[in-house]
Amino acid sequence: MANLGVNFLGIDFKNPLVTASGAYGYGREYESLYPLSELGGISTKGTTLKVKDGNPPPRIAETPMGMLNSVGLQNGGIDKFLDYELANLSTKGTRIIANIAGGTIDECVELAKRLNGTKVDMIELNISCPNVKQGGAAFGTNPVTAGEITKAVKEATELPLMVKLSPNVTSITEIAKSVEANGADAVSLINTLLGMRIDINTRRPVLKNNVGGLSGPAVFPIAVRMVWQVANAVSIPVCGMGGITTGEDAIEMMMAGASLFQVGAAIFNDAYSPVRIVREMNEWCDKNGVSDINEIVGTVKAW
Amino acid sequence: MYQNKYEIISKKEIADGIFDFTVSCKEIAEAATAGQFVHISVPGCFLRRPISICEIDKKIGTLRLVVQVRGNGTKIMSGLNVGEKMDLLGPLGTGFTKCEKADSVILIGGGIGTPPMLELSRYYGERASVITGFRTGSLSILSDDFIKTGARLIECTDDGSRGINGFVTDALKDEIKAIKPQMVYACGPMIMLKGVAEICKLNNIDCEISLEERMACGVGACLGCAVKLNHDGNEFYGHVCKDGPVFSAKEVVF
Repeated sequence: MANLGVNFLGIDFKNPLVTASGAYGYGREYESLYPLSELGGISTKGTTLKVKDGNPPPRIAETPMGMLNSVGLQNGGIDKFLDYELANLSTKGTRIIANIAGGTIDECVELAKRLNGTKVDMIELNISCPNVKQGGAAFGTNPVTAGEITKAVKEATELPLMVKLSPNVTSITEIAKSVEANGADAVSLINTLLGMRIDINTRRPVLKNNVGGLSGPAVFPIAVRMVWQVANAVSIPVCGMGGITTGEDAIEMMMAGASLFQVGAAIFNDAYSPVRIVREMNEWCDKNGVSDINEIVGTVKAW
Repeated sequence: MYQNKYEIISKKEIADGIFDFTVSCKEIAEAATAGQFVHISVPGCFLRRPISICEIDKKIGTLRLVVQVRGNGTKIMSGLNVGEKMDLLGPLGTGFTKCEKADSVILIGGGIGTPPMLELSRYYGERASVITGFRTGSLSILSDDFIKTGARLIECTDDGSRGINGFVTDALKDEIKAIKPQMVYACGPMIMLKGVAEICKLNNIDCEISLEERMACGVGACLGCAVKLNHDGNEFYGHVCKDGPVFSAKEVVF
């Protein structure tokens, strides 16, 4: 058995697997299958200041090797998160990354302040949701605004700050460098890629929101490429995600430069995938004589 | 909730493109109740497919699942054979409310919305009138099964090729007058459910309807399968997989 424990921003994770925001809720639904303590951590559902209804259905469309979603950050707001979800989740023995999303800089600052002094281990600032009209990707697709919001939240929080980046940009490294320069302690990437499906019988988009975010194995090579580029462009740690479905995918993502990773859409196909991926990583390490997972981070030798 | 690969022990094509599977899955059968569903992983497809449970045999430990070929996923599913395994996640969702004291109820199934009514019909037996509706007689399913439960069966087809020539909503109006049911249950196309809900409201009868929506996780985590609900004048999005698939007709915003 290899050591899968990682230290990310001063926080010990028992393994580098974090369930991705929006894919896993707050873990409640999966507790009857395995204890949440088997996870390195949970990035909780994107939380806004007030209750958010989300987008009209249909919100889901299947794609080759993946899916589109246009959930639109439906959540119960920060009060419910703190009083109900966090109260429960903080007893489960796993790290808690609070994913926050505001429509304005002030909202993000307010959210960050509300998390100070709570049992949250880290903030993941979502500046990349493709499914909301205000905030979200509007911040994350411009290096200047991405930097501004990062700076404001960094000043407001006592917690380590990870900024979640959008892949729907010309140069993700520019955005990454900007958030690093403005105080981000880490970056996570990639959020979903903007996509669209059309029902050719009705000539209508499958999603009521017309467009939505693509995730699943289909995006994995893009995620690996972007993680590799960003890891080589910044000196802060990188949390990699996008289409990881197996232990070998996770190893590949870590070799690209991720020292922590997230799993999302894979859970929809295999509810056990988070624990399976950790097991498969262990098997891979044993087979390949890797005694500590930290040894492999960023070890891809580019041609 | 369980996720595992379970053996298919029987398979029949019961109408053109409609397949009737019996799967041996003791643990899910033990926990399941009428109106719940299982989420089925299909080889080659990324997302699971939610399929209503048609019949539960808790003694033998089997589930009956009736699947109509609609698209690629259900097509692949229909190609699975006896002896092969089906990857199920379930039982999922909130099923039908059973009214122990009700002496008459009406169950309505439209098209592929008919199968989930069978388990409920087994519960109510002679207390149930079952109204089924199909586009045409060749698509009619489960009539013998409903009769076996002791229910009175009223079949309708859009083209009159079998049973009454007309919609289930017309038959419902007549049956409400005839038996004055305490409860109406329905599953089928949204337009049918809307009609059923309106008739029940007019007649002041409680009604539960089973909905479907494009779904990802199936357990209430991803919030993909939204349905607009109204509680005390406040509209919000609930979720078919966890809050439903069965809802009180009163709370659904059509």
